Formats: sequence, C-alpha cells, structure tokens
Amino acid sequence: MKRVRIGNGCGFWGDNLDAPIYLAERGRLDYLTLEYLAELTMSILALQKQRDPQAGYASDFLDVLTRLAPLLKLQPGLKIITNAGGMNPAACATKARAILDRAGISDCPIGIVGGDDLFPRLDELLAGRHPLEHIDTHGSLSSIRDRVVSVNAYLGAKPIVSALKQGARIVITGRVADASLTVAPALFEHNWEWNDWDRLGAATTAGHLIECGAQVTGGLWCRWQDVPNLADVGYPIAEVDLDGTFRISKTPNSGGIVNRETVAEQLLYEVGDPARYLTPDVVADFTTVALRESAPDEVEVTRSHGLPATDTYKVSIAYRDGYMASGLLAIAGPHASTKAKRAGEMLLARLTRIGLTFEASHIETIGDGSLARGVLGVQDVPEVMLRVGVRDHSKAAVERFTKEFAPLVTSGPPGVTGYTTGRPPVREVFAYWPALIAKSAIREEVRIV
Amino acid sequence: MTVPLSKIAHGRSGDKGNHANVAIIADSQAGYAWLRQFLTAERVAEYFQPLGPSRVERFEAANVLGLNFMLYDALAGGASRSLRLDTQGKTLALTLLRMSIDPPPELLEGLPRE
Repeated sequence: MKRVRIGNGCGFWGDNLDAPIYLAERGRLDYLTLEYLAELTMSILALQKQRDPQAGYASDFLDVLTRLAPLLKLQPGLKIITNAGGMNPAACATKARAILDRAGISDCPIGIVGGDDLFPRLDELLAGRHPLEHIDTHGSLSSIRDRVVSVNAYLGAKPIVSALKQGARIVITGRVADASLTVAPALFEHNWEWNDWDRLGAATTAGHLIECGAQVTGGLWCRWQDVPNLADVGYPIAEVDLDGTFRISKTPNSGGIVNRETVAEQLLYEVGDPARYLTPDVVADFTTVALRESAPDEVEVTRSHGLPATDTYKVSIAYRDGYMASGLLAIAGPHASTKAKRAGEMLLARLTRIGLTFEASHIETIGDGSLARGVLGVQDVPEVMLRVGVRDHSKAAVERFTKEFAPLVTSGPPGVTGYTTGRPPVREVFAYWPALIAKSAIREEVRIV
Repeated sequence: MTVPLSKIAHGRSGDKGNHANVAIIADSQAGYAWLRQFLTAERVAEYFQPLGPSRVERFEAANVLGLNFMLYDALAGGASRSLRLDTQGKTLALTLLRMSIDPPPELLEGLPRE
C-alpha cells in the first residue's frame, strides 16, 4: 500500500537550522515541508521588498537549501514544499535556482505559487464587492486604508498540487495555509478528489499536527522531565495512507518523544472550535479523531472527518499603528517586587513631568507572577526583572522613553542592576487586521521555472 | 484535598490574533468527566478576569479528553501590539494548571503528577 511520508523541518522563521537536514537525511521522506510565515512576518517582508525589489522572502530557506542540495542528489525522490517565498516567491526561486546550479543539480523544476498578494489590487477589490471588514469587529478597512502595508490571502493546496502536476520538485509559495503544505502532497500522491472531505480533513489534521515542528515531538510537553534528549529533538513526520489514516513519528535516532499526550496537546494548539478548523481546503473536525500509540514514538490517527470547505479565503492585513519600545532592569534584594513596581512608576512619572504621556504603557515585574498579573498572587522572590513598555503614535515620545531607564540605576530604589545592553530599540507597530474574501476574487498563479 | 489542576490534567495555550486559546487535557476519563462539570467557561473567565477577556467560550474534544477555552480579547493587542512580555499567551495554560481544585478523592488515588 502506498504511503506518503511528509516531514516538517521548520515550524517558524527562526526555528532550528539543523533540524531539516537531520530530518531529510534519516527520515526516508517523500516530501520535506518548511514553514516560515507567522501572522506578522508578511508585513516585515513587504517592507523589505519595498526597499529592495529582490528581497521579501524568508532568507533562512536558502541557507537550508544549500545544505540540502547534496541530499537532493542522493535522494532523487525527495521533494520540498515551502512557503519561504513570502512576499516574493519569484525572487526566492531565482536564488534557489542559483544554489541548485552551483550544486550541479540541473533536473529540478521549481514551482512558484503566487496570487496571494492582494496589496496591488486593494483599491480594485474595495471598489468591488470586497469590503475586507475586520473579522471580529466588522470595522471598515477604509478607516486604516492609507496605513496598510500588506494584504495576503491564505491560499490552499490547489496551486501547490498544480505545481506538482506540472513536475515541480521544489515548490515555493507565498502565503498559504500552513496545513495545505501537507494536504497538497497527500492529495497529489493519492489522487484524492477535491471533495473527498474526510481525507482532506485527515491530511489537514496531519498538517496541523506537524506545522509547528518540535511542538508535537516533545517540545512544550507538560511532562518535560520525561522527554529523552530534548536537546537533539527530532522533527515530525506524517505518514499518510490512501484511506486518510496517518501516523505521526519523528526523525529516526533522535531525541524527543511522540505519544498520545504530545499529539493531543498539539491537536488543540491555537484552535478555536475543534469541530470546525477552517482552512481553504476543508473544514476539519478534530473531535472525531482517534489516537493510538502504534509503535514507540509513533501515534496512529484514524477516524478523521471533514466538512465542505467554505467559499471564502482568510485574508491577513497589516497596517502601521505607531511605535513601541520596552526595556528591562533587574531589581534584587528585600521587597524586590514592590521596588521594581515603584521604579517603573517612577520612570513613567518622570516622563509625565515633562509632558509625555503614552497611548498605552505597561509595567511588569517578571519573576513574581507578573506574566498573568492578578491571576496568580505576587510571590516574594529574591529578584525580579522590571519591564516597562509603551506604545504611541509619536516616535519622538517613544524614543524619549527609552532614555529613562539608565537614570534608575542611580536614582531608583536600591538593588537595581543589569543596565548593560544600552537603550532599548524603538520599533514600528504593525497591527493585524484579519478579514475574509470570496474565493472567486482570487487569481492563483502557478509558474514552473 | 486541594490540589493544583496540573495534578489531573495537562495543557497548552497560544494565540489567535488578540484572542488566546487555552486547552486543558484530562489525564483520565474520570478526570475529564469531573472537569467537564467543574471547569466551566464561567469559572475560567472569573480566574482570568485580571487579564480582561471580553468573554470566554468553551469547546469540548472528548476524543482527547480536552476542554478548549477561547479567551476573547485577552492578549492586550496580541502579537503585534501588546506591551506584555507574553504577547501570545504561551504561558496561560500553565497559569490555569495552577488553579486550586478540590476533586473527589478517588480521582487523586495513586497520582504522581505535579
């Protein structure tokens, strides 16, 4: 029976750079997926592309590809699917081609998937019947139109499958739903129909489980003391059968662990209604699946269920929304927590004195329960980190704020230390505006180079 | 006997924009049955009230003994604009697992987990 082995070697931009290499070396994979795009990554990439038309993709992928090239030679069946293209899949593909050429890999068609970038079409869409209202508040996009920096639809598995059908060995996409990176190879290899909702639901569940990399193979697991060799944690593999049954395992001969608990925790991670997990491909139902520990470090998932996909794509919009900064100081000694809170209030009071107030400010005393301030009682601890942050539309005000930490070293309560990294940086805020758009408004683009 | 929720359950949390999801997974079928009665959306909303969620909704995933809570508008702006250190609510499940509970004694028999 044909089984498709899909390994995910990257859960976000910034993830471990060696994991995908080990996974491809030892995983006996048919497909390696690499996921780079968080909700706000696209706004950062959009600005990079504005400054340089050849930029705007996840550059880490090229370093990984350079190291994967020898494996692509050794394993002629191995294919790669990644959303590293970000705002500029074509430029990413050009660089990838140069890497493959240098490695002497000639027969390696690259598929480029685009059409997710709606920024150039924004006014046309707004003038049509696509208001892109905020998904929660139903607010009108016109209120922030002039501050928008990126608009991307989450595409599904269809354009990736189209690229595979046209012979692509590497597929580089812009914004697609994370789970679709897994759905596409499963559907393509098994020749499933696009309305085979239960199997699409199964592959979506598999994709959801592996999309965050090590989070299903022992990372974050509540019984962290029991994880063998987490330092060498293996990355996840989903082995998908024709009927939609799949097994989650990990890089052979690696650390970490895969069991019912690690899979159950990840199944519900960043999920709203688990009976209705919406993707462009299907509405997956996570509440029917059965988990069984089928072998050491292997969990078999059966009884997956799916419902017909909706007629909309999710759209992720980022817009400029002022500036923010936050700084840290360590406060030690008796009453550390109280002293830190007072020092933070002092810092803000000194700014109020010169006429600077902020749209938002926040004081934390990290170490005493402050991450969930008010939920847990304040603990009496030997030291805490004072963290003060502000947000405002005046960049000058936020810059002035960053200069108010150092004075506390001599003019605050006793026990202040740790001012060694200098003034904290000011960064621009890109706020997030989720919306929906009719699928009929989107023109997917697939090119093979 | 009063014990932390982590005695009978584990969990994980994360973000959906400005909303947090906190999944609590019971260690046993009996524990799930009890938690399903005890750990209501109202109780969780009250526990996290200092974080200011606009409302809390609970979803059930009995197949994995899971209760999934959506804490709407609980992240002070979310990953992009929150001034909190934990912008994505990654620690909220561990915070909820510290909740004091008083389950029937038979649920605690022979349990090592802290």
